[in-house]
Amino acid sequence: MAETTPTVQFLSVEGEFAPTEAAEEYASYLDELGEDDLRRFYRQMSVVRRFDLEGTNLQRQGQMALWVPSHGQEAAQVGSASAARPQDHIFPSYREHAVGLVRGIDVLSIVELLRGNTHGGWDPTDPTNGNFHGYCLVIGSHTLHATGYAMGLQRDGLVGTGDDSVDAAVLAYFGDGATSQGDVSEAFVFSASSQTPNVFFLQNNQWAISVPVRVQSRTPLYLRSRGFGIPSVQIDGNDVLASYATTAKHLADARAGRGPQFIEALTYRVGAHTSSDDPTKYRSNAEEQFWIARDPIVRFGAYLRGLGEGDAFFEEVRVEAEDFAADIRSRTLALEAPPIGTIFDHVYSEPHPVMAEQKLWLERYEASFEAAEEDRS
Amino acid sequence: MSSIETTPVSTDQAAGTAGTAASRVEELPLAKALNAGLRQALLDDPKVLLMGEDIGPLGGVFRVTEGLQAEFGDRVIDTPLAESGIIGTAIGLALRGYRPVIEIQFDGFIFPGFDQITTQLAKLTNRGQGAISMPIVIRVPYGGHIGAVEHHQESPEAYFAHTPGLRVVSPSTPNDAYWMIQEAIASNDPVMFFEPKSRYWPKGPVDFAGTAAPLHASRVVRVGTDVTLLAHGAMVSVLMQAAEIAAGEGVSVEVVDLRSLSPVDYGPILDSVAKTGRLIVAQEAHGFVSVGSEIAATVAERAFYSLQAPVLRVSGFDTPFPPAKLETVFLPDADRIMEAVDRVMAY
Repeated sequence: MAETTPTVQFLSVEGEFAPTEAAEEYASYLDELGEDDLRRFYRQMSVVRRFDLEGTNLQRQGQMALWVPSHGQEAAQVGSASAARPQDHIFPSYREHAVGLVRGIDVLSIVELLRGNTHGGWDPTDPTNGNFHGYCLVIGSHTLHATGYAMGLQRDGLVGTGDDSVDAAVLAYFGDGATSQGDVSEAFVFSASSQTPNVFFLQNNQWAISVPVRVQSRTPLYLRSRGFGIPSVQIDGNDVLASYATTAKHLADARAGRGPQFIEALTYRVGAHTSSDDPTKYRSNAEEQFWIARDPIVRFGAYLRGLGEGDAFFEEVRVEAEDFAADIRSRTLALEAPPIGTIFDHVYSEPHPVMAEQKLWLERYEASFEAAEEDRS
Repeated sequence: MSSIETTPVSTDQAAGTAGTAASRVEELPLAKALNAGLRQALLDDPKVLLMGEDIGPLGGVFRVTEGLQAEFGDRVIDTPLAESGIIGTAIGLALRGYRPVIEIQFDGFIFPGFDQITTQLAKLTNRGQGAISMPIVIRVPYGGHIGAVEHHQESPEAYFAHTPGLRVVSPSTPNDAYWMIQEAIASNDPVMFFEPKSRYWPKGPVDFAGTAAPLHASRVVRVGTDVTLLAHGAMVSVLMQAAEIAAGEGVSVEVVDLRSLSPVDYGPILDSVAKTGRLIVAQEAHGFVSVGSEIAATVAERAFYSLQAPVLRVSGFDTPFPPAKLETVFLPDADRIMEAVDRVMAY
């Protein structure tokens, strides 16, 4: 357990505004934030923390086969997602619940996905879902989709026009384990080759299930992209202001046509990898306590109190988070299994004789039981 | 403006296709027919892109894309040398509304992209529950008979036919190559397009004024009464040789060109078997867990009372594709087909 030295940090662990030297070039991006934005950051981090707890509870009560906790990574996610413009596109991994919330999806669809009602969840082509593309469970695969999508934005003339309402970029999230996947290196190769408008946002949460990051890399991961010709920065991922400011700058660079960018956000997966995991088998309580002392929400709350925010606001957020969780719970319990025909309906976009034949067979097979029931009664 | 608008038409006429619209049949090698089909697809839809290794100034190692980058500029993309990257970025482009057509350089080099094909490309439409289409074509020069080194002569079709969400086709003639590549590109589903590389050079008629047969239709290409031979791609020409030999021995052979490996169009196959009562399925691929095995099993289920002999398979051996000096031992030829014909005729 080594003390990390974040390159870009605005808020100290105690929540005091004390930018590091490396943070200075990003400071102007904080000027865009008003008090409402800061309150929104706190509110969204708190709501998603409570949503995550509710997900864990629902899994423990048998409502889901699996839950993927996001506890501890709220600042990395809310800060970076808030820096994206409406026309930007987001390619998440599968732990980016806060990013989805910020982009406007109904996070109940994450529950539907992990409950086994669907493989997809939300519709990424629906404009109300904030260009938040689907979760991808094959580690690192989606970084190539994000790169190809950015190649498409270039072809569509949506990069480097100088029009803030037009220029777009693609923000891709992945973890420390993913950096070992060939697809992530290939995404760096293709994005550097085409100078695509990509921001690769690595949440280094220190653990790939049970394997520590030192097994993935002998060097700090933010250095990884530089050999590909992609500029990079390491930030304190538990500082929502650092996450926001660095992502805002690098998205702006990408939109302006200055090519791909790479951010390594140092954070910590406080919870288990998934509800099937047992972190006590591979990491120490002392390490967990080290990171819990760096909790992103506690830190940002202290900063807001320093700015004069009072108890009423924090109580209001607490109640909002409780209401949000209660709503998720009641709607989860009301979810029904999908119709059996959906197994066949979207395997292909166009009619397919085997799908039609097997769907018909299944319908007749199911009907044969109903007929037998009627005969018996 | 008017000169710009007429440019595609005049370029089309300059494509080297013969004569008027009424008689536009030309003898072309299959590779050049594919080139013409790709060119037509690029003209028809501005969203069509070609992606692959060495497909730009070189025109691909088999010259299938020759001249297309000169004509269509950055719509013909020389990619970095990484198959997973090519397919993964094509998926992103398709999500953005493009229709990428990928060239894999050789059959045996598709496997670095196998994960993106099977876990992403094949599943994204289903994952999206109707919101996502994946109109991507992956062209794969496949098969033996070219005397090449390891990884350059293989027949990996079954891996992809086994994967739900993919369509798998293979033309055997220049005319089918010209039309089927355009149909594959027009499809909103991912299509694996297996090109019989040993057939790239022999010429055949291409009817530019004709109409396309359905992409997934199988087709009787020689009529006979005693035994049905079925294959796709380069093996169809081997069956035609065998049919000539058989005719000399008094056996009337019907030949069916499969054309589509997934889905399989069983209608013409079952009609033929109803007539002949005997079926031999031939393929360059290894026989174990192959497309030919699947078809043999299905015909046995559906044509049981028509069959006068067991359905036989003539395949490559269940060994790695051998060094080139032994490829003719591995690959089924007309004699190996005739050995099977003799066996089914003995019933």
